[in-house]
Amino acid sequence: MKALVYERSVPKYAAAKLAALWSSATAARVGPLHLADIDEPQLPGEGWRRVRPRLAGICGSDLATIDGTSSRYFEPIVSFPFVPGHEVVGELDDGTRVVVEPVLKCATRGTACAQCSAGRTNLCERIAFGHLSPGLQTGFCADTGGGWGTTLVAHDSQLHRVPDDLSDEAAVMVEPTACAVHAARFVTTDDVAVIGAGTLGLCTVAALRGRRVVVAAKHPEQRAFARELGARVVAPGELDRAVRTATSSFVAGGQLTGGVPTVVDCVGSEASLAQALNIVAPGGTIVLVGMPGRLTVDLTSLWHREVGLVGAYAYTADDFGTAFDLVRSARLDRLVSALYPLERFREAVDHAAAAGSRGAVKIAFDLRKEKRR
Amino acid sequence: MPRPGFVLEVDRSTPPTLFWHGERFRLEKLPVGSRVVYAPEPEKALDDPRAAIRHALHNPQGESEPLPALLRPGMKLTIAFDDVSLPLPPMQRPDIRQMVIEEVLDLAAAAGVDDVQLIAALALHRRMHDFELRHALGDRVYDAFAPTGLLTQHDAEDPDGMLHIGLTDKGEDVEINKRAATSDLIVYVNINLVAMDGGHKSVATGLAAYKSLRHHHNVKTMQHSRSFMDQHKSELHSSNWRMGRVLAASGVKVFQIETTLNNDTFPDQFGFLQKREWEWTARDRAAFVTVSKTLARTPARLARSIFHGIKAPHAMTSVQAGEVEAVHRITTENVYRQQLVAVEGQTDVLTMGLPYISPYNVNSVMNPILVMCLGLGYFFNLYKGRPLVREGGVLILSHPTPWEFHPVHHPSYIDFFEEVLADTTDPVEIEKTYEERFATDPWYIHLYRTSHAYHGVHPFYMWYWGAHALQHLGAVIVVGGDPKSVRRLGFKPASTLRDALEMAEDVVGRDPSITHIHTPPLLMADVT
Repeated sequence: MKALVYERSVPKYAAAKLAALWSSATAARVGPLHLADIDEPQLPGEGWRRVRPRLAGICGSDLATIDGTSSRYFEPIVSFPFVPGHEVVGELDDGTRVVVEPVLKCATRGTACAQCSAGRTNLCERIAFGHLSPGLQTGFCADTGGGWGTTLVAHDSQLHRVPDDLSDEAAVMVEPTACAVHAARFVTTDDVAVIGAGTLGLCTVAALRGRRVVVAAKHPEQRAFARELGARVVAPGELDRAVRTATSSFVAGGQLTGGVPTVVDCVGSEASLAQALNIVAPGGTIVLVGMPGRLTVDLTSLWHREVGLVGAYAYTADDFGTAFDLVRSARLDRLVSALYPLERFREAVDHAAAAGSRGAVKIAFDLRKEKRR
Repeated sequence: MPRPGFVLEVDRSTPPTLFWHGERFRLEKLPVGSRVVYAPEPEKALDDPRAAIRHALHNPQGESEPLPALLRPGMKLTIAFDDVSLPLPPMQRPDIRQMVIEEVLDLAAAAGVDDVQLIAALALHRRMHDFELRHALGDRVYDAFAPTGLLTQHDAEDPDGMLHIGLTDKGEDVEINKRAATSDLIVYVNINLVAMDGGHKSVATGLAAYKSLRHHHNVKTMQHSRSFMDQHKSELHSSNWRMGRVLAASGVKVFQIETTLNNDTFPDQFGFLQKREWEWTARDRAAFVTVSKTLARTPARLARSIFHGIKAPHAMTSVQAGEVEAVHRITTENVYRQQLVAVEGQTDVLTMGLPYISPYNVNSVMNPILVMCLGLGYFFNLYKGRPLVREGGVLILSHPTPWEFHPVHHPSYIDFFEEVLADTTDPVEIEKTYEERFATDPWYIHLYRTSHAYHGVHPFYMWYWGAHALQHLGAVIVVGGDPKSVRRLGFKPASTLRDALEMAEDVVGRDPSITHIHTPPLLMADVT
């Protein structure tokens, strides 16, 4: 089958990391990702099915992997070679359209852990164990394949049937929306700032509808979407300024003396976390949704102002259910800006890496016309 | 005898016309048939300004006793004076304020007045820096009053420092500086650079609070002032006059001193800026080339500091004192005598070059909002009768319009530009949606009171200043401006004047009439 394959190769990681300084397309050209003809993944056991991806999104974590900038933390919980792609709408052999919930939790591995038993499958303690190779999600596991190939395998517990009235474009937005829905569960205050206005940021704005959301969006298209999705204040420039004016805060150094009680960081960079610390109110909470790596950030204000920092990773099955509703009601299919065939993966990756400045939000692969062999 | 203003019709032999362009200049060849409006030459200065001041103080206008008769031991005297926004550029020493205040203080001392305070009447402008106060007042006054705390700056946000006097018959709040309001006499020292300055506006605006200012610094007032440089057709002035009369009726006694300046604006090395291009001498041409080439190689920040170092050789042409309205009538005539230029008929396209300075960026950055205010607020309104450009016409400005702000002087401007203008440029919408939040923001109030920041609401006033022009014009084009900034202002960028004129034709049709207002030096078009 045709697939984009990511191999373990230290020299290629290094080359990708260097090339990423120039462009993501260059990183994709010299890095460990390549288009190949490989064997279809085998069904690991009972309850597993073949899924033929129709659309598969490109996510920020995928870009970090391609650029070689993701954390080494992941090394023991992924297995090589793998086919990336975890934002997937596909179809089963009988033609049923499904969205894949990619977390490879105990139900997929024949294991059992306390977190999964409690329904917190995103926090599964066995993601490197059981009868599957290590892999925190479909798209990072050597045994399952991923959305960037013409076939993957998924367990029944991972499959969510797509209603007939939902387009593929809407369905491919369910997975990132589920992340946003999950993050929104950490927000208990009316006032909240969202850092980032890419896919995750905009979905989070949508998930926080009804609250007073401040978000900064650099590009006009992002600003328009943020407004339409319910943000109260959409700042074109610096979020710090927007939060200061929205909260009438004072400023000491670069630090707001007040701020918003909750900040959702949908970027996960040093700059975004530092910004979150600048704008969060004393006693407030920063919810880290964007995938971070190894960051150097001054945490003095976190200590001094008794700020909580909490991660929000992935989702549970419940979050997926809510995400379907949100995608439909907020018409999040409109965030899908461009589709590429697998052959043009370098262009696709480059477009995704520069989506905002090119007036785009979500870039995805279109596998509906790909031959299976 | 100075020559009056002049309207030139451009023909084939007309040399290129000088356009101001921030801290640069452009020489532009205007199409044949265009008109260029030149300011009158500088009026003759008073031979002995100090003697003229003394004469004015002893021979007041209107229903007022001479100043010495109003001074007595044990009285409370407040001397208020115009802030750093006047004159433009700042004048060479001695500043008019220094000369007038020294004379007033001599009389106060002679009368045995020992409770005297000086107040910079800055309304919602930024507090003046010490060096600016020293320049305006002179060393003697500054050293006598500043160290003892008797030289203060108006603080419109001091809850204990303001006094609500009452309401006008239109329900406008009149609230002014408490020290001034509770004084036995306010002596107000004006510099009347343009016809808008002075009169009841001095105390009713200069010493007022936001609560009062919002009644006349608003979109409706500006859209109904045709223009605010013509007191009798200015809602801005009508409101101030109502407030001034409430102050008088409540017993607040004002002795008004108004001074006019000639338009001798630039020192010798920039003398070519004062002249009509075809009259440039070889020396003027050499000076222009030298200055232009030097500026072209000078970093923008350095060029700014060079220009802000210019001190104008402005000289006093009149001084009158006494009762506010009587004084202001004479002042206005004197301002008009220096600045009015008769212009026959309106124009389809009005062009203007904007200089490096406006009332609100002395020793500071001319940010994009101030570019808008200077072009559409001040220069557009330099008319009497009818606007120089017809309704639906096009205004072409020349200014680099950098996306740059002075972080200390203009903090709320940055947020206004980033947040408000990104949303809308409609003054009515801006006023309705955003003004109150900015005006009451405690951080802006803190910076206004303790730092050198314009009040949070000030950028709104700058935008409202241009509301009449925005309503009147069909389009605004900025030549040589940063396209991003220009678009944020809601205007169209053009790289050259020729491009701008072509773009203008899309609005006003082919072969439009074109008029260039050649200022500064300041002039005011009397359009028939």
